[in-house]
Amino acid sequence: MENNDKLIIAGHEFNSRFILGSGKFSLDLVKAAVESAGAEIVTLALRRANTKTEYNILDFIPKTVTLLPNTSGARTAEEAVRIAKLSRELGCGDFVKIEVIKDTKYLLPDNYETIKATEILAKEGFVVMPYMYPDLNAARDLANAGAATIMPLAAPIGSNLGLITKHFIKIIIDEIKLPVIVDAGIGSPSQACEIMQEGADAVMINTAIATAKNINEMAEAFKLAIIAGRKAYLAGLGRVLNFKAEASSPLIDFLEDK
Amino acid sequence: MYFENMEQINSDMLEHVLNLTNSYDYNIYTKDDVQKTLNKEILDIEDLKVLLSPAATDFLNLIAHKAKYETRKHFGSSISLFTPLYISNYCENQCTYCGYNCKNKIHRGKLTIEETEKEFQAISKTGLEDILILTGESRTASSVEYIGEAVRLAKQYFSSISIEIYPLNIDEYKYLCQCGADFVCVYQETYNKQRYKQLHLAGPKSVFEYRFYAQERAALAGMRGVSLGILFGLDDFRKDAFSTAIHAYLLQQKYPDIKIGFSVPRLRPYIHEHKEQNPHYVNEKQLFQALCAYRLFMPFSDITISTRERAIFRDNVIGVCATKISAGVKTSVGGHEDTAKGDEQFEISDSRSVAEITDTIKQKGLYPVFSNHIRL
Repeated sequence: MENNDKLIIAGHEFNSRFILGSGKFSLDLVKAAVESAGAEIVTLALRRANTKTEYNILDFIPKTVTLLPNTSGARTAEEAVRIAKLSRELGCGDFVKIEVIKDTKYLLPDNYETIKATEILAKEGFVVMPYMYPDLNAARDLANAGAATIMPLAAPIGSNLGLITKHFIKIIIDEIKLPVIVDAGIGSPSQACEIMQEGADAVMINTAIATAKNINEMAEAFKLAIIAGRKAYLAGLGRVLNFKAEASSPLIDFLEDK
Repeated sequence: MYFENMEQINSDMLEHVLNLTNSYDYNIYTKDDVQKTLNKEILDIEDLKVLLSPAATDFLNLIAHKAKYETRKHFGSSISLFTPLYISNYCENQCTYCGYNCKNKIHRGKLTIEETEKEFQAISKTGLEDILILTGESRTASSVEYIGEAVRLAKQYFSSISIEIYPLNIDEYKYLCQCGADFVCVYQETYNKQRYKQLHLAGPKSVFEYRFYAQERAALAGMRGVSLGILFGLDDFRKDAFSTAIHAYLLQQKYPDIKIGFSVPRLRPYIHEHKEQNPHYVNEKQLFQALCAYRLFMPFSDITISTRERAIFRDNVIGVCATKISAGVKTSVGGHEDTAKGDEQFEISDSRSVAEITDTIKQKGLYPVFSNHIRL
């Protein structure tokens, strides 16, 4: 099943639906985590990669993965655009995760500025993956602005609080045609599994693995949970668990029509 | 009274900080209060009061665990490294506790722009990309233009530039921001106005209010972040630490997009030290209690640990409550590349090099971060 079931982002195919965040790791552990997670996409903060030292995160991420630089540090659309362009200049490719954050306490994204940045960068040929607060209207605007995916948050970054916005994410999954990647807040493999089973296309994990006692084991646990959740989604949840009216199984044929 | 040319802004933050501090009686809190606070997810001002109380002292280990949990949650394994560079130690202030007091007969000096560049090069070679540029307070010896020139030059070598200089007006902060500075550190030393007056006998620093509003002026000028702090050992540390945290809290409420940082310097011996016993002496346990209180009350803020502390203390607070550590530190004017041009402000307790501090961070399973900022 895995071979045919690809995650497709702007025409790029991925076998793994596990996107690993790198910002909270010890660098020498990133590689092992990528391998245990089977991750094919790794995010990194450009402000961390823009360094001359031997501690450049770029050197620790295996060359086989797709880099997803983020614009963390940006407070406005304009700043996010500048960081994205710098990222391209530094050779980090065309993928960019838009993060526009004006609030240093909860680090909640500013949807309005995010939409503006998405529009500009999509026109310039970037594969734009905006991190957003799960609001359906904003998600539609992002899709119209040229986003390649939608990345709604499950809970505030680093909070490990889990799927506190689950119902709103589900609305976006149901209404938006783009891949939906749940980003931020997922604290345990069971939560990753749960949202995958609801139809999320991928999840992004950082803190939950970086702060686990055994990083490699936890990375693998997430990998398995994401695969399990995806399989459950594709298999269709049992009817007792998930009521969905289906016209294919007639229940009213006995009714007289005259 | 403000000096001529000191800008006054329309803000009532000081009143709020002082009112809350005046009504803070740390002796009323009990073990039960501490336990309640420790069981809470999101802490408020009452919890801050509890955490800084003597009652909390008995729970220091539990508090430390909670602090570590929050630090890991917000910063993961990251520990940022930086180093300070003093470019001038001329000073017009008369602060009774400071080595740079203008009445002190110390060796004064100031780096030329060529000497500053050599220092930058030497620091940059160690791998550091985050620099803190410091001066004494003298608008004649180290003018805003002189500092601006150093900042512009620093841009070529560092991704993050902080300044710890005398408080400025908004347009002056704007100017330094345009030159490339993004972070401003100003320490109130003590929030007790009477005590402040006794300690700051003359010079512009004697104006308590102008200093207090420095962070707000920096925020209004477009700086990315501000740091606050007191000098532990000048007055009642519980009240002073409380004021600092409230000041930070109100700044974050009013300017939610600026980064807030705390520094926790403790009074150290300096040249011409007064030898009598300090009634406000703060021991390591107490300093640690304040550090943890900052972390738990504002879990997203940066906390910097000074080289005034012993290596073993510094090594044990990073990752638990501190997130930023200086390395390869000199508190003399220059001294990274050439011999120092001016005497030190204070003695340091941890003289380890950047490489040594980096190794320590790694040994602890933490991640040394050299660059964490993009100048935009």
